[in-house]
This record gives sequence, C-alpha cells and structure tokens, in this order.
Amino acid sequence: MTTTAIRHGGLGNAISDALTMIGRSIRLSRRDVETLMMAILLPLLMMSLFVYVFGGAINTGVEYINYVVPGTILLCVGYGAASTAMAVADDMNNGMIDRLRSMPISSFALLTGHVVASMAKNALSTAIVIGTAIAMGFRPNGSVVDWLLTAGLLALYVLALSWLAAGLGAVARSVQAASGLSFFMLFLPYLSSAFVPPGTMPAFLRVISENQPITPVIETTRGLLTGTPIGDNGWTALVWTAGLLLFSFILATALYRRRISR
Amino acid sequence: MIVDVQGLRKAYRDNVVLDGVDLHVPEGSVYALLGPNGAGKTTTIRILTTLTRPDAGQVLVAGHDVVREPAKVRARISLTGQYAAVDNEQTGRENLVMIGRLMHLGPAAARRRAMQLLERFDLVEAMNRRVSAYSGGMRRRLDLAMSLVAEPRVIFLDEPTTGLDPASRTTMWDAISDLVRAGTTIVLTTQYLEEADKLADWIVLIDNGRVSLSGTADSLKAQVGGERLELTFDDEGSALRAGELLGGTVDRERRLLDLPSDGSAAHVHTVLNNLYAARVPVARVSAHRPTLDDVFMTATKNRTLERANA
Ligand SMILES: Nc1ncnc2c1ncn2[C@@H]1O[C@H](COP(=O)(O)OP(=O)(O)OP(=O)(O)O)[C@@H](O)[C@H]1O
Ligand SMILES: [Mg+2]
Repeated sequence: MTTTAIRHGGLGNAISDALTMIGRSIRLSRRDVETLMMAILLPLLMMSLFVYVFGGAINTGVEYINYVVPGTILLCVGYGAASTAMAVADDMNNGMIDRLRSMPISSFALLTGHVVASMAKNALSTAIVIGTAIAMGFRPNGSVVDWLLTAGLLALYVLALSWLAAGLGAVARSVQAASGLSFFMLFLPYLSSAFVPPGTMPAFLRVISENQPITPVIETTRGLLTGTPIGDNGWTALVWTAGLLLFSFILATALYRRRISR
Repeated sequence: MIVDVQGLRKAYRDNVVLDGVDLHVPEGSVYALLGPNGAGKTTTIRILTTLTRPDAGQVLVAGHDVVREPAKVRARISLTGQYAAVDNEQTGRENLVMIGRLMHLGPAAARRRAMQLLERFDLVEAMNRRVSAYSGGMRRRLDLAMSLVAEPRVIFLDEPTTGLDPASRTTMWDAISDLVRAGTTIVLTTQYLEEADKLADWIVLIDNGRVSLSGTADSLKAQVGGERLELTFDDEGSALRAGELLGGTVDRERRLLDLPSDGSAAHVHTVLNNLYAARVPVARVSAHRPTLDDVFMTATKNRTLERANA
C-alpha cells in the first residue's frame, strides 16, 4: 500500500471527505455534555419558564402557549448555532486544522461537517420544544402541508444560522471569542414578536422588532401551526431567510478561506 | 534530495524569521532542526508542509513545489505538529479510522490500517477509550500513528518528545527508528540535543534566521575541538589562579576550570604537575568528550561576542 497509488481530489473524494467530517462532528457534539444539555434541557426549561412563569403576565390575545412556541424554537436554535460557532473555533485554534490542511482533502469538509451536525442538533432541540409544548397544552391545528412548510422554513433558517455560526467560528481566535461573537444570535429573538407582541414595545424597539428577520419567520410559523393571520409575512420570511443563507454562506466561506490562506 | 530548500525567506511584518535558509535532505535520512525558542523551527516546518507560504526561495518536497503544487506535496507527507492534533472526545481507534477515510482508504482498509497502527504503538488496550483519558505519552503516540496512516514518504515532526517523561521519550525514539529502517525520511525539530545526537544523520542549527551550523553530530563536536579536561577546586581563588596558569575557561560558581586536551595521560600529568609546582590544590579531575551542548554553547557565545563587537 502506498499513498501515491491512491487517488486524491475529485468530486467523489470531496463527498467522502464531507461525510467523514459530518460523522465526526455529530459524534463530537453527541459526546459534548454541555452541547447536549443545551440541545435537550434548554428547550424544556425555556418552555416551562415562558408558559408557567411569564405566561400569566403577558397578554397576547391568544392562549400564551400557542403564542410562544415558535419563539422558543428560534431561541433554542440560536443557542444551538452558538455552540456550533464554538465547535468550529475549537478546531480552528488547536492543531486539528493544521493536520487537516496538511492532508490532501477538500478544504471545506470541516465546515460542512459542522454545519450538518448543527442541523441535526437543532432538529433535536426543535422536536423537544414541540414535544414539551404539546405535553403542556399546545394545540396546533395546522394541516400536514402546514407542518411541512413550517419544517422547510425552519430548516432554511437553521441552515442560514449554522453557516453564520461557522463563519463566526472561523474568525474567532478562541472558543470564548466565538461564544462572545454569537451573543446577538441569542439576543435577537427577544427583540422580535417571539415573546410579546411588538405593539407593546416602545417605539424604537418596535421598529427593530418589526423589521428584523426573526419576526416574519415567527409570524409565519405561528400562522401555519395555529392559524393566526400570516399576511405577507410568509414571503418576507422566505426572502429574509434565503437572503441570510446566501449571505452567511458567502461570508463563512470567505472568512474560512482567509483564515486558512497561507 | 527529497527535501530541497534554497534561499528560504519568511517575515511576519518586520519580524524577519527566516533570512535565506538552505536545507538539503537526502531520502531515507533523519534531519534535525535545532534552535532557541523563536528561531523559526516551526515556521520552517509549516512552510515545508504547505501550511504557510514562503516570501521567497524555492522549496521542493518529494519533488514538488510547495507553493505551486501543494496538493501533490500533501499526498506524500505527513505532519505531527508541535501541539497534538487529536480529537479528545473520539476514541483512539475512531481518530485513526477517520484519518484513514480522509486519506481515501476504503472503510475496510481504514479499519485494518487503524488496527495495525494501534498494535504497533501499543494502544490496543486503550483503543476504545476516549483520548481525553489518555496519558501525555499515549496521546503523542496516537498523534504519530495518525501521521503514519497513509505511509508518507516524508514525515515532519515538530518537537515530538517535548513534555514526555524519559520512558515515553524512549518509546517515541524507537518508533522513529523503526520508520527510518523502513526507509521513511524524517525531518524533526527538537530542543533536546541528546535527541538530535541519538536520531539524526544531519543536524542544522537555525539562529538569527540563518543556518549557523550544520553537519553530523560527530563533525559538529569535532568543530569545538577534541576532549576536554575538567578540574574542580576547593575554592574560587584556586580555580582563578589555575586559569591564569593554564588558560582555558573558569566557571567561578562551580570552582571549575575547563581545558582543551588531547585526552592523553601525558597531558593530564603535565597539567597536574604544573599545578602542584604552583601549590594550587586540585580536588577532582575528569576528562570528557564534547557534547552537542558544548557545540551550541560555543556557537551562541560566538554570536553574542560578535554582537558585542559590532
Ligand atoms: N503566524 C504568525 N504571525 C506572526 N508572527 C509569527 C507567526 N508565527 C510565528 N511568528 C514569529 O516567528 C518567530 C519564529 O517562530 P517559530 O514558532 O517558528 O519559532 P520556533 O523555533 O518554533 O520556537 P519554539 O522553540 O518556541 O517552538 C517568532 O518570533 C514568532 O513570534
Ligand atoms: Mg516551534
């Protein structure tokens, strides 16, 4: 067996590299206790907090649990993305990136691995939010098509956020820095229609809330699942998330390429 | 030459790290790069392994230019960096299989190769444990094993034994010697002169961005002269007086006089007679062959003197 007899490069190997790195990232996040707690316990805690603690005090015009589910999903997805940024930063700042770069493999396999693992992690969190919510009295009335549309929109949103996280992880000089850079992903949902109707906010916050990407995604999800009016939020949500995905992907690949450039 | 470097230069902003380095490594040899902290050893290794781009000079590794054909170079080399590149939360076996897959061995071949290496590096018992539970020596062995998955032609080792206890260091040395016997070329950096002395066919000292000394261990030792005679005295005054009488270098703190010698009994006899005649009592006498430490102490001392004179 000699190295020179083995072919490197080409599409087949690039796909195989990506699959190997996806397997690695999933294995690593499954074994990272902190990440796993975030993915499983956070949804449980957040749902309980919103429904039992804050829920009574917030008047949304509908049963609060029916109001708060989409926001909780997006909040947990933010935490998931932050942990992805930290995992990428970890790889970029220890010897692993050098080992990978000194090997004849496709250079984007590392990021692809993290992004796909991030999708899996967030799918788990989302399922737990919905499961918990239903146990607490959430009564969605969407059709199968509504659920599929919801899943599609959320998947697009998670993908966009995961690429953004990968980009942040690629520039961060440490795991802590990556966690700091991801702060806005955790904060943004609070400034949206996730937990309180924007109408109750002071004017300048209302402007932020009504014009940021999370609000239309939440309004659309809420509408699809519980039948509240969607209006033009559906298209706005689609354009926002698709745009964010494109932006994040380009940003992440550019930042990563710059970081590994020689 | 399997590694051929001509006029290599690299600066980080105005910090000139490599200022015209030439290296010629014959296939199948062990080549050691030495130098004080910050001398540019890691920078050199990073350039040779395609991770860092040189500013100037020609760098050929396994017949390919590292700047123009990095992919071809990468297919023929492996790197074990200064800091272990292993996944702590994967098992030893998972780490090895992953590298096998990334080196494009099929799934079965990758598993087979992983087993071979686990056996060779005495990691079979620990193979299903996560690396976070490994000792420093086991981690370093795994790190090296991961570099051997695809049987590279040139292996770059950046301080392979720094931080290891003597037993683990010996194990690493044995592993490296095995590779050499199998015909692999090895380029390593080290802080330990003993390591270079033991393993390397050719030693290069990088200092101030240039190769300041190079040669085989023996030829370098010959450069500082032959044997040395070491005389120890009971007090500092005697050591100083002996120095005035005989020349050589005095170490006041250790009450020592170090003299060049031809190692003959006659020379020792003359020295002791002279001291006796001058009534300078000697406590101990020992003769020793020069070590690489002497070589590099001399080299760095000369540089300090040159600087002081400039
Ligand atoms: N990426 C970088 N950016 C800026 N300066 C760098 C970079 N990498 C290395 N240097 C500088 O280059 C010089 C040589 O560093 P290098 O790591 O090659 O030394 P070394 O011989 O390996 O030292 P050590 O024995 O401590 O490992 C140092 O002054 C270091 O600060
Ligand atoms: Mg170094």
